[in-house]
Amino acid sequence: MKISKEKFGQAFDALVADYKVIAPVSDGSGIAFTEVKSFSDVKQDYLNSKLPPKAFFFPQHEKLMSYKKEGKDVTVKSELKVENTILFGIRPCDAKGMLLLDKVFKNDQYTDPYYYERREKAVIIGLGCTKIAPTCFCSSFEISPAGSEGSDLFLIDLGDSYEVEVVTEKGKALADRLALAELTADEQALVDKIKSAETPSKIDVSNTTSKLDKMFNSPYWDTLQEKCLGCNVCSFSCPTCHCFDISEEVRKNEGTRVRTWDACMAPLFTLHGSGHNPRDNKKTRWRQRLMHKFNYFVHNNGSMSCVGCGRCIKSCPVNMDIRQVVDGANKAELVVE
Amino acid sequence: MQQNPYLPITMKLVKNLVETEDRLINTFTLEFMNKQDEENFKYMPGQFAELSAYGHGEAPFGIATSPTEPGILKFSVAKVGCVSNALHLMEEGTMVGVRGPMGNYYPIEQFKGKNVVIIGGGFAFTTLRSLAKYMLDDKHRGDYGDITVIYGARNPGLLLYKEELAEWENNPNINLVTTIDRPAEGWTKHVGFIPSITEQIAPSSVDTYAVVCGPPAMIKFTLPVLEKLNFPPERIYTSLEMRMKCGLGICGRCNIGTEYVCKDGPVFSMAQLKELPNEY
Repeated sequence: MKISKEKFGQAFDALVADYKVIAPVSDGSGIAFTEVKSFSDVKQDYLNSKLPPKAFFFPQHEKLMSYKKEGKDVTVKSELKVENTILFGIRPCDAKGMLLLDKVFKNDQYTDPYYYERREKAVIIGLGCTKIAPTCFCSSFEISPAGSEGSDLFLIDLGDSYEVEVVTEKGKALADRLALAELTADEQALVDKIKSAETPSKIDVSNTTSKLDKMFNSPYWDTLQEKCLGCNVCSFSCPTCHCFDISEEVRKNEGTRVRTWDACMAPLFTLHGSGHNPRDNKKTRWRQRLMHKFNYFVHNNGSMSCVGCGRCIKSCPVNMDIRQVVDGANKAELVVE
Repeated sequence: MQQNPYLPITMKLVKNLVETEDRLINTFTLEFMNKQDEENFKYMPGQFAELSAYGHGEAPFGIATSPTEPGILKFSVAKVGCVSNALHLMEEGTMVGVRGPMGNYYPIEQFKGKNVVIIGGGFAFTTLRSLAKYMLDDKHRGDYGDITVIYGARNPGLLLYKEELAEWENNPNINLVTTIDRPAEGWTKHVGFIPSITEQIAPSSVDTYAVVCGPPAMIKFTLPVLEKLNFPPERIYTSLEMRMKCGLGICGRCNIGTEYVCKDGPVFSMAQLKELPNEY
């Protein structure tokens, strides 16, 4: 099915009345997912945003609760206001990233209400990639640049119109508000061509997990980390990184408990009160980063926690490239212990 | 939907007791404010909770009471950081926050019908105290064979729960061995490090589980002794500490390989630890 961009824009503008609508906007230095009021504000021709859209479910900084102390007493308050939200223009890598974060924020024992209440009230409108950046390598993880996995409604740009795929019930509810028409044979051929595309850059991860099973004590980690500055930009720009800190913001007798993005690359991340630190050097922290994404997460959740968006490659100040890092692990000689 | 696991319940600090002579460890007794909170807080020996000192932060501590002691929770906490310092200075009657219970617990079901040797060093005796207290309870004592506790500290003043230890000395249901590192005036019991005292006492490993908690050096030298006594790694348990924030297996900092100490631990058998990377 398809819809002309003009009609889609009208429907989009009508949705703004019922939903908080988030879409890619050019902010002068790149693309940022931002609340918009009109389809005319939406940047339609873009590779991907600088930061992943995870912040709409897992903000960089958020209040978990607040409290007030009076003498020896305390009153604790927690309120979570969640609006119905549409995220428009989510790329397939980021949509898959959200599915991976879902597994983290709801594990075998606990559900994170802050994440899940936002997640449940959000509809994801995915937008297939017709242009691919040199840093893109999603095809390494069985993600297609024009694949609809993780989206509720999925669009492919056909020039004057969008091809529309309804993926979930949530997506169907939105599609009911769109005047959809059939694709012509030529358009269908174009859709098929876009859908069959792969990222030119791909890494072989077929044996990476089992290789890493045997690499905890490998000398590979000794040299790998040498040029890393430990700046954390890879984690903050990653659609699947989820580590956070919980801290206290206090003014006189009132306080707020907040959580803030944190990263396993930060030296204090694992520092005990006693002074002991199990990951007290960059080598162990880099090993954790790679192991977590390509080994531990696979054992715990059944898939790798990298979606090949390439943001960490683009933003790294010293040009560390996760593709080369994985490739290096694939090729590293095993040390007999 | 389950309750928000980030929100603490409020409990009252009814006693703030200086536990050790060096004044670095206090035992906090917290009282539940209502029946509902207490019922929701069903815990087992070995579990921990996150304590909030409002205005300062939150940190995880092992629960020192046993579920057989209703109405209260106790925590014995060393003064090392922001939260523990604030708790140490807190006036009795102050409200604190508690999240939990968290983590797994000592496998008391597996221990049934077996002997249990509890080996503790220094202030890592808190959840071991919970375990011993639980097994000693009239309702449970019959489920277990011999209970031996080997507990040591640098000097007599650093032993936790001195009154209770005195009680256990005369309790036929438990075999208590206490030791200090160097001779001290007035001390008539064992003198020597935990590993050598364990070797001397030589508890039989037949039908016996061992639970070991203490400083890393103590554990390092006690394990070979247990091995010599033929304890297989499947029957040696320990409880680990890690820096934690959420306590829910989400914030990502307490993992050892695939395991999050907060939700998959803190209790692990030596057999399990042998399978995990040495990063703790």
